[in-house]
Amino acid sequence: MKTKDQATRQIGRSIPRREAREKVSGRAEYIHHLRLPGMLYGKIVRSTLAHARLKSIDVSAAAAAPGVAGVITAADVRKIIPDPYYGPIFHDQPILALDKVRHVGESVAVVLAADPHLAEQAAQLVEVEYQELPAVYDEVEAMKAGSAIVHEVLRPAGMFPDFKDLAGRRNTNLHLDFKLRRGDVARAFANAEHVFEHTFHTRQIMHTPLEPIVTLAESNGSSVTLHTASQMVSVVRTEIARLLGWPENRVRVKTAFLGGGFGAKTYIKVEAIAVACALIARRPVKIALTMEEQFYTINKHANTLRLKSAVGRDGRISARECEVWWNGGAYADIGPRLTQKTGFTAAGPYDIDNVHIDSYAVYTNLPPAAGLRGFGVPTLTFAYESHTDMIARELGIDPLEFRRKNLLREGRAQATGTVMRDAATEAVLERLAQRMSWNAPFDRGSGSVRRGRGIAIGFKASISNTTSVAIVNVYADGSCTVYCNTVDMGQGSDTALAQIAAEALGIPVESVKVAHPDTDLTPYDMGTLGSRSTFHMGQAVKLAAEDARDKLLALATALGVPVETTPIADLFRKRYGMQAGNVVGVATFNPKSNQPDHATGLAENITPNWMVGGTGAEIEVDTETGHVRVTRLVNIADCGTAINPQIVESQLSGAAIMQYGCTMSEGIEFDAGQATNASLADYKIPGIRDIPAVFVNEIVAARQESGPYGAKGVGETGTFGVSAAITNAIHDAVGVRITRLPVTPEAVYRALRANSATPLEE
Amino acid sequence: MAAGRKTIRFTLNGKPVETEIANHHNAVEVLEAFGLFGARESCAQGLCGCCTLLVDGKAVSGCLYLAAFLDGAVVTSVEHLERDGALSPVQEAFIEEGAFQCGFCTPGFVLMVEQLLDRCAAPSEDEIRHYLSGNLCRCATYPQIIQAVQRAAEKRKASAAA
Repeated sequence: MKTKDQATRQIGRSIPRREAREKVSGRAEYIHHLRLPGMLYGKIVRSTLAHARLKSIDVSAAAAAPGVAGVITAADVRKIIPDPYYGPIFHDQPILALDKVRHVGESVAVVLAADPHLAEQAAQLVEVEYQELPAVYDEVEAMKAGSAIVHEVLRPAGMFPDFKDLAGRRNTNLHLDFKLRRGDVARAFANAEHVFEHTFHTRQIMHTPLEPIVTLAESNGSSVTLHTASQMVSVVRTEIARLLGWPENRVRVKTAFLGGGFGAKTYIKVEAIAVACALIARRPVKIALTMEEQFYTINKHANTLRLKSAVGRDGRISARECEVWWNGGAYADIGPRLTQKTGFTAAGPYDIDNVHIDSYAVYTNLPPAAGLRGFGVPTLTFAYESHTDMIARELGIDPLEFRRKNLLREGRAQATGTVMRDAATEAVLERLAQRMSWNAPFDRGSGSVRRGRGIAIGFKASISNTTSVAIVNVYADGSCTVYCNTVDMGQGSDTALAQIAAEALGIPVESVKVAHPDTDLTPYDMGTLGSRSTFHMGQAVKLAAEDARDKLLALATALGVPVETTPIADLFRKRYGMQAGNVVGVATFNPKSNQPDHATGLAENITPNWMVGGTGAEIEVDTETGHVRVTRLVNIADCGTAINPQIVESQLSGAAIMQYGCTMSEGIEFDAGQATNASLADYKIPGIRDIPAVFVNEIVAARQESGPYGAKGVGETGTFGVSAAITNAIHDAVGVRITRLPVTPEAVYRALRANSATPLEE
Repeated sequence: MAAGRKTIRFTLNGKPVETEIANHHNAVEVLEAFGLFGARESCAQGLCGCCTLLVDGKAVSGCLYLAAFLDGAVVTSVEHLERDGALSPVQEAFIEEGAFQCGFCTPGFVLMVEQLLDRCAAPSEDEIRHYLSGNLCRCATYPQIIQAVQRAAEKRKASAAA
């Protein structure tokens, strides 16, 4: 066993993922595969209208169909869950639609059968009668007087203390209005040499985990067990217990590997429906969504963003005003949190004395929105880095120079007033410039193929205040298991956490197992999201392993054996006379930060850490077709120490390609609230041929002092700059500015034609 | 569903088997009935490749392949690549290059790469990209998958020479 001062051996090693063998041989465990004896499949009957009163539901034909074990509606749910509304910020989402439906695809009833095909067939027989209501789809329209109202009254959930004052608000689709007021923006604009204002738009994106959302619930009458593909098992337990009015220890939530999450598998998705069905049917019930159903369940916000900046003669930005509308869809989910937590970074990583931000969470009659790999930061970065580039080009300043001049550097205050610490903005920007060979001559293409390049830099505050608890259990043979609720959804947490525990205990990583979440056994964690696990859970695991190590050291001292040379197994054998006993280390990590002041949005310590990511793109535009090809993509990130460099690199490249999809091809299309491209045939996610020929993913030398061995999260950082780097490069190539994602060939071609004063007809 | 049922007989991972199916069942459901979960239905449209299996040596999308058509066929799933506790060179290469993240699409990629290398011992990067364009990885581990194919090709070449 190692003592406190020995050099590191596990950190910075690119060991293969612990579960590598299971994954390549098709034997890794996913909830998708799980079947239980006596299990029923539930098929959800979904709303066909975007906004309507429910007049009646006739289940008789479905209930009489062959093989059907039951048909569940909200009336049945209410018998066991009298107040069947859930949600992390607002209790606004009913388990099954009650008085009205608020989006196309909303869950209205569930048909249960042992054969999933029979359940699906019978689901077609449920007759629902609606009285259609006026609907609203656009996030800006939804805030205007006279708009259709999605929810008559706001019901804050109370889980987060800072939303309580919204209770009882009526006749508004605006359900969170985050304000940040720093300095004197009006005066700065009045005195400015130059003022620039631009508006941007993004569309809904589907997370598209290839393992679709799935929950299997079972009950023995006195407790309920959920097997669910969830990023947040502790929160699921709390929310299901609240709905049932049961203590948390009667609700058990287990998960396995996730076939992707990306933010889709957070909070409650189909867990509450599965639990209600299992309790009513008194049999295990599996609700497994199809790929199409995921489009009706959760997406990433569409946005409208307006940015306005004042710039002085010296090229310094003196003021920035940001207005951001988040299209939350019909249910708030975690949107208001995102509106606030991401909203305060809307002015970008720039050193600006006067900042004014309004960030609005808005209900509409579309499927609900939540965070998708970056919690809104990639969207904001698209807007502020397009805006920043537009200013630089209009002023005739090199875009890199303009960013250097205005960059938010270490020790300077961010818009909230929080002083930047351990945020390598400068290193990221400079390394990006190097890797893009920014000062070298650049081939601008010829004929119908024009070349351009662009850069962008973004930053994200880690989620706060949140808590992670870990238990490290050392067995009598010297092996150990880490018990924690971090979910490995592909980001490699089982491996990174094992490396951290091994490092702290001074044992080989092969001796460490990370148990999969089971809330009966594994302790609380806020969730696997927001790139928080390496920092938060990593630190909890490190502290728990150190606690175990200290107990082992004390044991060695008590036994009078040499600390450094005695194998752990010998300590147990000497203490208990045989291979027996455990040494258990426990730790809780809850880094403190302040909530932003309600009136000003300011806070001295807004976040436990900052993540910084920069992207550069070289592209070719075919001016005859509007096709854009990315030929070189460079991602530079600050993630502090890389626990496992190979996994870090694949997180960066994976995130960048995901955002490439959000930039170039993805976007849910709606017609009267109906998603019209809800399949992978019509909704194009990136494939292997989309990978740029030159693709660089690198981290800068940096250290997060408050993180485990200097580490912090990296799962989202590769997304930040991608969209703006590409649109900036398009402008560089052909002089047209794309302000609306996705950047389809049609959009580029229309812009080219408009730019040459020969616009195409709509 | 007035489900017609029939019994099919086929070779599954080297062994003769027999099972009763409904006419609307697909090949993924048949594999699941045998406790094999490496082929996974995801998009259900034959577009993502997660449900890939080999039928008479040819990769097919199990979600669109009717179970009835397996009658008399030789069926291989990803579970059959591991022999006597040893992974195939392709599987080893995927591990060494870190060519997966969540792992849900991985069996489909592995089977497609086996088929690619059976047909072309040393594919170019272009050929690799073209051949694997029908498999989707939402974690976008594509650069590492390309490296894994190249490494697997070398491994196969080395073991053939030995």
